[in-house]
Amino acid sequence: MSHNLLDLMVAAKDFEALRVIKNVRFGIDSGEIVSLVGPSGCGKSTLLRIIAGLDTSYRGDVRIKDEPPHLHSRDVGLIFQEPRLLPWLTVAENVAFELGRKGRHDPYVTQLLAEVGLGDFATAYPKQLSGGMAQRVAIARGLFTQPSLLLLDEPFSAVDAFTRRRLQDLLLSVAGHHGTTLLLVTHDVNEAVYLSDRVIVLADRPGRISGQVIVDARRPRDRRNPQLAKREAEVLTLLNDGTNQFFDLSYHLAAAPPRWQAIRLSSLNFAI
Amino acid sequence: MSEVSVPASGAIAASSRLDRGGLIRRTEGLLVPAALVIAWEAVVRGGWVSSHLLPPPSELVTTLADLAGNGTLLEHIGISSLRVLIGFLIGAGLAVVVGAAVGLSRRTEALLDPTFQALRAIPSLAWVPLLLLWLGIDEAPKITLITIGAFFPVYLNFVAGIQKVDRKLVEVGGIYGLTGYRLIARIFLPAALPNLFTGLRTGLSLSWMFLVAAELIAASRGLGYLLTDGRETGRADLVLVAIVVLALLGKISDSLLRWLEDRLLGWRDAFDSRPS
Repeated sequence: MSHNLLDLMVAAKDFEALRVIKNVRFGIDSGEIVSLVGPSGCGKSTLLRIIAGLDTSYRGDVRIKDEPPHLHSRDVGLIFQEPRLLPWLTVAENVAFELGRKGRHDPYVTQLLAEVGLGDFATAYPKQLSGGMAQRVAIARGLFTQPSLLLLDEPFSAVDAFTRRRLQDLLLSVAGHHGTTLLLVTHDVNEAVYLSDRVIVLADRPGRISGQVIVDARRPRDRRNPQLAKREAEVLTLLNDGTNQFFDLSYHLAAAPPRWQAIRLSSLNFAI
Repeated sequence: MSEVSVPASGAIAASSRLDRGGLIRRTEGLLVPAALVIAWEAVVRGGWVSSHLLPPPSELVTTLADLAGNGTLLEHIGISSLRVLIGFLIGAGLAVVVGAAVGLSRRTEALLDPTFQALRAIPSLAWVPLLLLWLGIDEAPKITLITIGAFFPVYLNFVAGIQKVDRKLVEVGGIYGLTGYRLIARIFLPAALPNLFTGLRTGLSLSWMFLVAAELIAASRGLGYLLTDGRETGRADLVLVAIVVLALLGKISDSLLRWLEDRLLGWRDAFDSRPS
């Protein structure tokens, strides 16, 4: 199969001795919205970094409009989990970062800021923005170069649930308006199903595709649409290998009756 | 999504209240010195301390007026400030160049940093005899000593600033295809600017210190010479006037840097960011 925007085939990607991605292959057509969902460590973010040209040490073949990925590609934009605004630049200068300081008066900056609802904040500094506002600036910056494919790496995971829903709708309308294709990585199954035409589910160790769910609900979508809930269930099934994975710890808890004891820092594991 | 503080009528009223608070705070800071000056004057006039050893503030004002009147004070201030300015500019300039090279490249760091760390461990005054031997007693050893004093704080802070630049912001630069010189100018320098200013301000105050050291040893003009002159002629008033003038010059030059810092670094999300 051939896709007109992105064709990705990563045969292997290793971090030292550890194989993190094995035989992942998918494509994206122009105008699609596709999500990558999977547990931590399944290589979702690594795949985005490969497409963005930030990571070049892999075996495989990746083509964006028949070209291998490279940094500063006009075809690809990237939005991170955090806004990553440059604190010493104003909002307008951040959006027009590609043009340098002279870009802040570019009429396209004004238009994009108005689209993300921050028309009055062109001269504000990032420290004056809330988390959601900063992420909207990041979206405007991602769109400024007018990429055909916008990559988003867990873009809304750092904001509260209400802000997240508003940002999701904002992303859909702005991307729709500019005809931008979206590929986003998320932990949030609900978000993936609501936003996407297709959800690609990855399994971990090593990262590989465990399946794909097509979401054919019409847009604009109603978050209460039961069809979406059904698709969510399908994604969850793929994530959990078809079983109900309730992590039952009651057995362990029963074996060790609660009692006061000092917490040993070395015994704690932190997972991100 | 909460709103940012947009100046409204309420905000303006609040800011004028803050201004009055700032004024009170500023005058509060003068209370202790004023009380000390009055006590000082009283102690000397009352005869508890010899006015020969501790001239009262009123006598210092007379001495200051005399020195200012015949133009010698201005000459001393001028020559000392010029020495500090030249030494500081050379030292800070070199530190920025070397600091950038060391901060940005591990190889340069491995090559140069141990040497600078070793040189830094030398007490500054240990340089004086060597500089006098090598450079005579003219301007050159004085300016060199000030240069050494200004160099290290700027160098250390700038290197630390560059090495601490957020990797995530560097990555943003990378995505926009910035490499080499452009990456340095657009990401590393602005990100390291707060540290650079810390270094510059420390370097400037050390420059004044080294100026006095240099002028105490061999000078016929300058505020350090005024100190020596006062000691040799037994005039404590001259010494005290020179000290006061040095304090004022140090404060004024630091305030200038601070003003520049506030202008250039208004973007910092700092705890003490004052309403402008």
